[in-house]
Amino acid sequence: MKDLQKHIVRVGLLLGLFAIVATTLVALTEQNTREQIKENQRQALLDGINALIPHDEYNNAILQDTLLLPPTQALGTEEPTLVYRARMDDEPIAAVLTVIAPDGYSGTIKMLVGIYYSGKLAGVRVIDHKETPGLGDKIDVKKDDWILQFEGLSLGNPPASKWRVKKDGGQFDQFTGATITPRAVVGAVKQSLEYFRKHRDELFAVAEEEE
Amino acid sequence: MNAYKQIIVDGLWKNNPGLVQLLGLCPLLAVTNTVINGLGLGLATILTLVASNGIISLLRNQIPDEARLPVFVMIIASIVTIIELSMNAWFHELYLILGIFIPLIVTNCSIIGRAEAFAARNSVGPALLDGLMMGLGFAAVLILLGAMRELIGQGTLFSQAYLMFGEGARGLTITVIEDYRGFLMALLPPGAFIGLGLLVALKNSIDIRLAKREPKASVVEVETPAAG
Repeated sequence: MKDLQKHIVRVGLLLGLFAIVATTLVALTEQNTREQIKENQRQALLDGINALIPHDEYNNAILQDTLLLPPTQALGTEEPTLVYRARMDDEPIAAVLTVIAPDGYSGTIKMLVGIYYSGKLAGVRVIDHKETPGLGDKIDVKKDDWILQFEGLSLGNPPASKWRVKKDGGQFDQFTGATITPRAVVGAVKQSLEYFRKHRDELFAVAEEEE
Repeated sequence: MNAYKQIIVDGLWKNNPGLVQLLGLCPLLAVTNTVINGLGLGLATILTLVASNGIISLLRNQIPDEARLPVFVMIIASIVTIIELSMNAWFHELYLILGIFIPLIVTNCSIIGRAEAFAARNSVGPALLDGLMMGLGFAAVLILLGAMRELIGQGTLFSQAYLMFGEGARGLTITVIEDYRGFLMALLPPGAFIGLGLLVALKNSIDIRLAKREPKASVVEVETPAAG
């Protein structure tokens, strides 16, 4: 009986030891990669912004001209996000918002939405998603041109009733085998346009202290 | 047949994880709708299998027998997480392509299967070779199934190869059937099940034919499908 107890304790301790070692290794890796991963993501963000608003359309330092937006339900954000603002000789040109579609097929879809001051879409890019490879991931510009069709659209063009996927009576194609993903993207883009229309002047307000 | 040759034949053919053990079906069926997707998951699986087999074999005398399964799970989950984080940090381009496949590997029970059936009972050399061969065998099934489904589903091969091999590989895509209307079912889960069934049948019929040709050789082994 004593032996059995001893044995159980020994196995338990060993199991605990393995857990500690494994967790430590994962934690160490996380610490060592955190900065690099952040930097990679920042670089991806920069590339994303430049893909939305052509360089020659603005002349401010867009990465410095930011506005810290608190979590906003209309944009689906649950953490403060930065709005990047493009200006030409201090005249507002466009803003790039971070928008999260909460209702993707597998989790949230994070996008950058560029909107011209006039309310016209400069473009949309998906920067983070977990949609099904081969089906829903066609929202990624690297896999398909689908996302490019938003360029130049606005709230009146197409009319509000057409801001849906075709299956729901709108004008946007769904993918074969995947309707939920494009539906989520279209909905989030439309919502962000509505948000932009209501809050345009606040979004371009000048010179706030930023972090 | 010497031991190493046995390991190679087992991994690639006789005990192939995809066709005979039927392990790892979740990722296998989920991503094999194109050759490139299959290749991506195949590479990630090989890497994880070799690493987990090696580490578990090294630690096999330290792991308490009664608690080995939780320990295996912990080791495999840690390896996968560490690989994912490191790739994200230092091989970001590759991560953007293979990244989505890596969490899928955790759901691949052929990894814990090999840990239990092989790595925990053998020394490091054979365990590494077993990991490599099982990984290759699995990858071969992924690529083959991916090719079948891509060809039937959309009439191409190697579409989106540039995602993995860079812009220069755009020319790699072969449009086998021009103006193909597509056959959606091949790309959806039913196509995966049917395709895998056909591959298993093909393998069995080859085995039967081989057994007939060499009457002395052992009869086709009875296969016990496993869950997973």
